[in-house]
Amino acid sequence: MKKKILSLMLTAAVCGGLLAGCNSTPSSSAPSGSQAGNDSSAASGGDTIKVGILAPLTGDAAQYGIAASNGAKLYFDQLNAAGGINGKNIEYILLDEKGQAADAVTAYNNLLEQGVTAIVGDVTTAPTVAVAVESASANMPLITGSATAASVTVDPDTNAVRPNVFRSCFIDPFQGEKMASFSKEKLNAKTAAVLFNTNVDYSVGLKDAFIAKAAEIGLEIVATESYSTNDVDFKGQLTNISAKNPDVLFCPDYYQKVALIAPQAKEIGLTATFVGGDGWDGAIEAINDASLIEGAYYCSGFSADDSSEAVQKFLTDYNTAYNTAPNMFSATTYDAAAILADAIKSAESAGLAAGSDEYKAAIISAISATNADYVTGHFTYDQSNNPVKDAVIIKIADGKYTFDCKF
Amino acid sequence: MLFLSQIINGLQLGSIYALVALGYSMVYGIIMLLNFAHGDIIMVGGYVAMLTIAAGVHPILAVILAILACVVLGVMIDKVAYAPLRSSPRISLLITAIGVSFLLENLAQNIWGANARPFPNSSIIKGSAINIGGVHIGNTAIVTIAVSLLSMVVLTFLVQKTKRGKAMRAVSEDMGTAQLMGINVNNTITFTFAVGSALAGIGSILYCCTYPQVSPTMGSMLGLKAFVAAVLGGIGSIPGAMVGGFAIGMAEVLVRAAGLSDWTDGAVFAILIVVLLFRPTGLMGRPMTEKV
Amino acid sequence: MRQRVQIPMPVRYLINGVLIVLLFLLGQVLISTGVLSSYYQKILLQVGVYIIAAVSLNVATGYLGQLPLGHAGFMAVGGYTAGIFMKNFPIKGMPAFVLAILLAGIVAGIFGIIIGIPALRLKGDYLAIITLGFGEIIRVILLNIDTVLGFKFTGGAAGLMGIPKYTSFPIVFICVAVTCLAIHTMMKSRHGRAILSIRENEIAAESCGINTFYYKTMAFVASAFFAGVAGALFASYLGLLVPSDFGFMKSIEILVMVVLGGMGSMLGSVLAAAVLTIVPFALQSISQTVADYRMVIYSVLLIIVMIFKPSGLLGTYDFSFTRILEKLINRVGIHDGVAKKGEKSR
Repeated sequence: MKKKILSLMLTAAVCGGLLAGCNSTPSSSAPSGSQAGNDSSAASGGDTIKVGILAPLTGDAAQYGIAASNGAKLYFDQLNAAGGINGKNIEYILLDEKGQAADAVTAYNNLLEQGVTAIVGDVTTAPTVAVAVESASANMPLITGSATAASVTVDPDTNAVRPNVFRSCFIDPFQGEKMASFSKEKLNAKTAAVLFNTNVDYSVGLKDAFIAKAAEIGLEIVATESYSTNDVDFKGQLTNISAKNPDVLFCPDYYQKVALIAPQAKEIGLTATFVGGDGWDGAIEAINDASLIEGAYYCSGFSADDSSEAVQKFLTDYNTAYNTAPNMFSATTYDAAAILADAIKSAESAGLAAGSDEYKAAIISAISATNADYVTGHFTYDQSNNPVKDAVIIKIADGKYTFDCKF
Repeated sequence: MLFLSQIINGLQLGSIYALVALGYSMVYGIIMLLNFAHGDIIMVGGYVAMLTIAAGVHPILAVILAILACVVLGVMIDKVAYAPLRSSPRISLLITAIGVSFLLENLAQNIWGANARPFPNSSIIKGSAINIGGVHIGNTAIVTIAVSLLSMVVLTFLVQKTKRGKAMRAVSEDMGTAQLMGINVNNTITFTFAVGSALAGIGSILYCCTYPQVSPTMGSMLGLKAFVAAVLGGIGSIPGAMVGGFAIGMAEVLVRAAGLSDWTDGAVFAILIVVLLFRPTGLMGRPMTEKV
Repeated sequence: MRQRVQIPMPVRYLINGVLIVLLFLLGQVLISTGVLSSYYQKILLQVGVYIIAAVSLNVATGYLGQLPLGHAGFMAVGGYTAGIFMKNFPIKGMPAFVLAILLAGIVAGIFGIIIGIPALRLKGDYLAIITLGFGEIIRVILLNIDTVLGFKFTGGAAGLMGIPKYTSFPIVFICVAVTCLAIHTMMKSRHGRAILSIRENEIAAESCGINTFYYKTMAFVASAFFAGVAGALFASYLGLLVPSDFGFMKSIEILVMVVLGGMGSMLGSVLAAAVLTIVPFALQSISQTVADYRMVIYSVLLIIVMIFKPSGLLGTYDFSFTRILEKLINRVGIHDGVAKKGEKSR
């Protein structure tokens, strides 16, 4: 007569109860109700067009997410102030996904339920891929301003293009190849070393492309060293690199790591020219002494030094709105929002019902047909839903980002 | 030459680990608590120094303020979070420490943002690298190693030669008996936290000068590595923490020098596991026996 | 004389079985009628995964009284096992998923043995740190194994993509029920009592002839097994895995659930896992500012609970429906007894 197992089942029952219970509570708080979940037209049929923005606003990736979402918000606010699209305002719903793929999927379903017709986001690669997979069934137009991995728009297992997913930034292989060619042709480098972050797929992707291209064009890689995200000490690797005395050091990571690597490189006496990817944007602000990265080159989608009216206006507006300078994430996501808004315009002009499947399909085909100038350059899209646009090479000179050349 | 440069790199990193490990070791020695928040005290020290310098305070004053802030924070954490749990099971104390560490990290993130921010290291340590026979030695490296060694000498003197130090040793030997001998246990514990946190403050400044960046999570990995150093040396032992710190710093740099930098963290934790399995009391720790 | 009524065992099983089936049906009905939209279903699935993770960690923390800090590592092992298996196994569909879940549990269990045998020789802080070390090593291996092997295995930093998505309400519900049942059964058995005795006093337990090392390993492996199951469900829920999802923070998150719920209370773990998973979503819909501070609130809660109620909110209390039923019957029985005195004395 031991009273055993029962209470157990009991607890199991309780957990089930909780499961059931939890749903009922939140569902009542969402008046959009059950049917709206699958058919968003009801919600967005009014005077506004609902667009979702997904970004990490808390957690480790928050710094990128906040910059990126600010870019998108700025564009939509400006658009609404200018009268919106055919008299309809864009109503954007910004959700925090904490940099976690699981939360991004949940947030996506939340947006779906609220009846958005398209989404700007996500910001980092893993959540973006998770949302890309999840959104395929609804054919939800998705445009990211910052997820650079090739796998975002193309399924790496089947090589099938994800038809509803676009981006407004470069892809990893493109930048790696560009910088290898640039080092060889413009910097006359004979030897190169690579120092990359194994924990960040952006860094790994650029490194792979750089090394492959270097082999092709005859740029000798004399050292390949790596580190992980938590590392702050790179002197071991840099000392090894220094011993090989390379002409250039390719360092494909984001600006905060660059700000740690550069002073240590100087301390151990490394003289190679720094070369990087678009993650370098922001390096001058992140380092105390910009002379440490003086003479470095990186490729970018946009140059704050660019005197074009669009760029200058964007810089001023962003500064006014957020009291800080925009970085590359803000610029590319601003463009993502702009490209999306233009696509929505054409769907609206076609007189389709907002939120319907045809509406979404029209947005998608309008994005692929994009052929216009935006802040980060002239955009057209290729077969893989990646933008075709010029890369700008930025040189850090006199403690400023200066336009070097289009390459 | 290359090898010699790497040794210097290892010494520099190791001396920071050693300073931080000392704080862990002292606190553990006296109340048997693994103070998870120790790394985060370092983070706060870094922010205080950065913000005060940015506000125009003289760098030397800023350094002193940062160390003071660490001391106050360390003592406060003990009074608020740990002191009520002196007689609770160890596991509760440990979870509280994790909670405090989490709290500091997340508060910092909410107050100062998740961004890593540049630390004005050049206003604290000036000058440039020197070159001895082809071996580059950064001035930061020299200052770091010198200040660490000096702090350790002072600490050893404090613990071995002063009355306070004697009290600390007595309390860590046996809290109950020490109390019966007329030692004010609570004061001694507070004093230990203050000294440990002051070392964390010094470590914080040196760390930020070497790696000129502050971020809310900067303390967690540093804290973990330093803890590994403390365990390796024998937790509770002051010379052990120093030896452990230098050993871990050296091991890390040598793993990287061997071209295996992907596995640096793996190697540090592997060292920890091996030490714990074969000599749980560390290189210089006293064996502990559990009484029934 | 009056006797306390006890519900016979088979009836108890029956009552609880019926309750579980009813709950399951309730969930199914809510989903099929659309009361639970896809958004709430997603949250529900996450709740299920975290319940399994928390309940399994509770075995090692609550019942065994140790503090492992590498639980996310076991989830990672399970998740990657299931993901790699499902991507490469010739047969697709539900049977492959069920097999993958089992395999994930077994492989995580094997890791539990590998890690447990050395780790469990230590205790307290040392055990916490060594498991933390193992957890980090698992993450580093997942990140770098591809470069060592020279072919695509875990996908490195980019993650393991293209895992078939099969995680659905029925399978999560069944896994939660089975996990709770299995752990409950284990804890009420001779083995479970031995595990509890180790928590209370290891030396006393050993002197009573309990093979403490064996039982500690057993509890640890059971904990790892179900963490692996949770990992498998998570993998197939999301369709992709990245090593950074399984860092130290994830272990702490699960630990917070167990500690707040009550170390040693299954109900506590279940409740805390559910509440802590749902609250961030609920907070977000109320106010982003409050949501931003949720981690601060968690850590303050953790400290306060430890200071004022070190055993967690529910302590070791566990809920038993039949026990309540018995109490009720007995209370009614007393009235009956008064009314019909002497009529029925067995």
